[in-house]
Amino acid sequence: MSTTTGTTTTAGTATTTTGRASATAIDAARAAGRSALVGYLPAGFPDRAGCVDALRASVAAGLDVIELGLPYSDPVMDGPVIQAAAETSLRGGTRIRHVLESVEQLTSAPDGERAPVLVMSYWAPVLRYGVEAFARDLASAGGAGLITPDLVPDEAGEWLAASDAHHLERVFLVAPSSTPARLASTAAACRGWTYAASTMGVTGARASVGAAAEGLVAASRAAGAERVCVGLGVSTGEQAAEVGAYADGVIVGSALVRALSEEGVPGLERVVRDLAAGVAGSRA
Amino acid sequence: MSAPTTPGGEQLLFERFGDRGPYFGEFGGRFVPEALIAALDQLDEEYSRAAADPTFAAELDRLQREYTGRPSILTEVPRFAEHAGGARVLLKREDLNHTGSHKINNVLGQALLTKRMGKKRVIAETGAGQHGVATATAAALMGLECVVYMGEVDTRRQALNVARMRLLGAEVVPVSNGTATLKDALNEAFRDWVAHVDDTHYVLGTVAGPHPFPAMVRDFHRTIGVEARAQVLQRVGRLPDLVAACVGGGSNAIGIFHAFLDDPQVQLLGLEAAGDGVETGRHAASITGGVSGVLHGARSMILQDEDGQTLDSHSISAGLDYPGVGPEHAYLASIGRARYEPVTDAEAMEAFGLLCRTEGIIPAIESAHALAGALRAGRELGPDGVVLVNLSGRGDKDVDTAARWFGLVSDADLVASEAERVAAPVEDSEGNGW
Ligand SMILES: Cc1ncc(COP(=O)(O)O)c(C=O)c1O
Repeated sequence: MSTTTGTTTTAGTATTTTGRASATAIDAARAAGRSALVGYLPAGFPDRAGCVDALRASVAAGLDVIELGLPYSDPVMDGPVIQAAAETSLRGGTRIRHVLESVEQLTSAPDGERAPVLVMSYWAPVLRYGVEAFARDLASAGGAGLITPDLVPDEAGEWLAASDAHHLERVFLVAPSSTPARLASTAAACRGWTYAASTMGVTGARASVGAAAEGLVAASRAAGAERVCVGLGVSTGEQAAEVGAYADGVIVGSALVRALSEEGVPGLERVVRDLAAGVAGSRA
Repeated sequence: MSAPTTPGGEQLLFERFGDRGPYFGEFGGRFVPEALIAALDQLDEEYSRAAADPTFAAELDRLQREYTGRPSILTEVPRFAEHAGGARVLLKREDLNHTGSHKINNVLGQALLTKRMGKKRVIAETGAGQHGVATATAAALMGLECVVYMGEVDTRRQALNVARMRLLGAEVVPVSNGTATLKDALNEAFRDWVAHVDDTHYVLGTVAGPHPFPAMVRDFHRTIGVEARAQVLQRVGRLPDLVAACVGGGSNAIGIFHAFLDDPQVQLLGLEAAGDGVETGRHAASITGGVSGVLHGARSMILQDEDGQTLDSHSISAGLDYPGVGPEHAYLASIGRARYEPVTDAEAMEAFGLLCRTEGIIPAIESAHALAGALRAGRELGPDGVVLVNLSGRGDKDVDTAARWFGLVSDADLVASEAERVAAPVEDSEGNGW
């Protein structure tokens, strides 16, 4: 597998991404003529073991990259489905150390059920845990990096340094409202890939993926983004095919949470297979 | 104080001031989704333009005088002061503003900005309902569509304010996720805003949230302190020894504190809601009992557990029942310029009853926390002391709570009415007729 080089914004040090990196999986998908499938579940949902089992089964069914949510009490970027799942997880007693344990279990799963794991976390828990300590513990659990839905690069000084030190990917978001200047500064701050929010809104399945998404991906690339994955609103194989035609990765969250809560792991596997079929050949 | 004046020579009520953020020491900033950055930038730019535009200041001035009823008066309360060690106690009467609290100062400013930005819809969060009522009022006045998010628990605690907002033409949306209180109403307002930034302005109700809200909301409330400082000087012949204000998110407190920041002889005392007592864990005292963290877009002092999860706050006062505080207060506390002390439900209610009986003024329970602080501070200062208290609101909305607390009405009546209320929650009686 090819090793990719990401540039960092600090002191001009170029850092080589490691084998655990999600960028590696995205590039492998690309080499196979398709967009990567990135799937989200909140850690500890429906319970701690159940979440790990569900994600391993999802990898076997075609998921390329795992996005493991760190459940938070005040998730302003999330719609009702993910809010409810995060609440369930917190009520079940999920703590940050459990999330890190789940990362470790997922990254040490057998071949065929293992994929790079990015943690998705609001900033409050990471800040409280300690940014450097979190980076250290995430790296030693085998995690690829962190997606930060409410941390913009402007506020991320400590995280830029910690992620450099521990060779972690950092995925910041861009939105249809981002100016060209912000697309450029965000792309420069990301390592691994850039998360393009398809629409102005919160997470949740939508009948159609925002029309702004394709333009946003093109603009992000023009602004220097190395890889751009699209999230918010994707729930079907058809939508995955449509988005996969122009994005490096297709991110699915609420649809997986819903399938798992309504139909268990078999339902989840069915949805993942449908999505995987959608991205297959998307960029041939 | 050389406050700016109108061409006619009257002192301007609105003035942009000092620390503009985004940071107050290590606090403040913008911890929000990228999707909101453009809207915050737009707001910041429009606010900067408006603040430099004499027609904006003049229009806000006119509304404050002719609609709100500014300047608010200063009332000395000697019978109440007998219980405060004999110190002189003066109340800044924000309770006499239109809609019954200081909240209108900020809302009128933001509503004018909404119109300048060409937006047609405003959203707001509310706890006690005072900020929601003020926003619904300004929306009615200026012909804006208005949606107010309110925790479901609060819609029951403050059912009459729900009715007031609906009378004013606002849509009230009960928020049932999370803890179904003020913090969740803020979350829901942010979610709405992300999805509707093109035509919607979020009228945040306190000096919390991402930049530019803390500095901007403070500027709109700064008139409280500017007026009060001049009024005390005129009445007493000198500055007060201490200024007391209750602190929820901190807007009324920062509004009265700011004009005194450069008067080192004036102590600034913020009173936080201690609920059952900070030591019980059931409180809302974010500075006294919290840690530095992030909530609702800013770094500040927050009630959170060791994992950064926001803790439930507790207070008899819905308007102070919030697990965070504005970043500028966290900063003033960190440099020691202002002091923050907890006041329990019981202490606040004692001060509440005392003001009613000694002065014929029914305060908001929020403001009663400031009164309790004034009683304490007055006893320390003694008979030569002069204490200025921000009476941020009136207590009409709190009569029901007070009746229960003091046992003023037969228990059976109260229990029956509470039971009826729970049986017929407000969300089931959507006032479509309006
Ligand atoms: C009368 C009154 N005082 C104070 C507050 C607390 O808000 P802040 O701390 O922003 O002044 C409220 C909030 O609802 C209020 O209604």
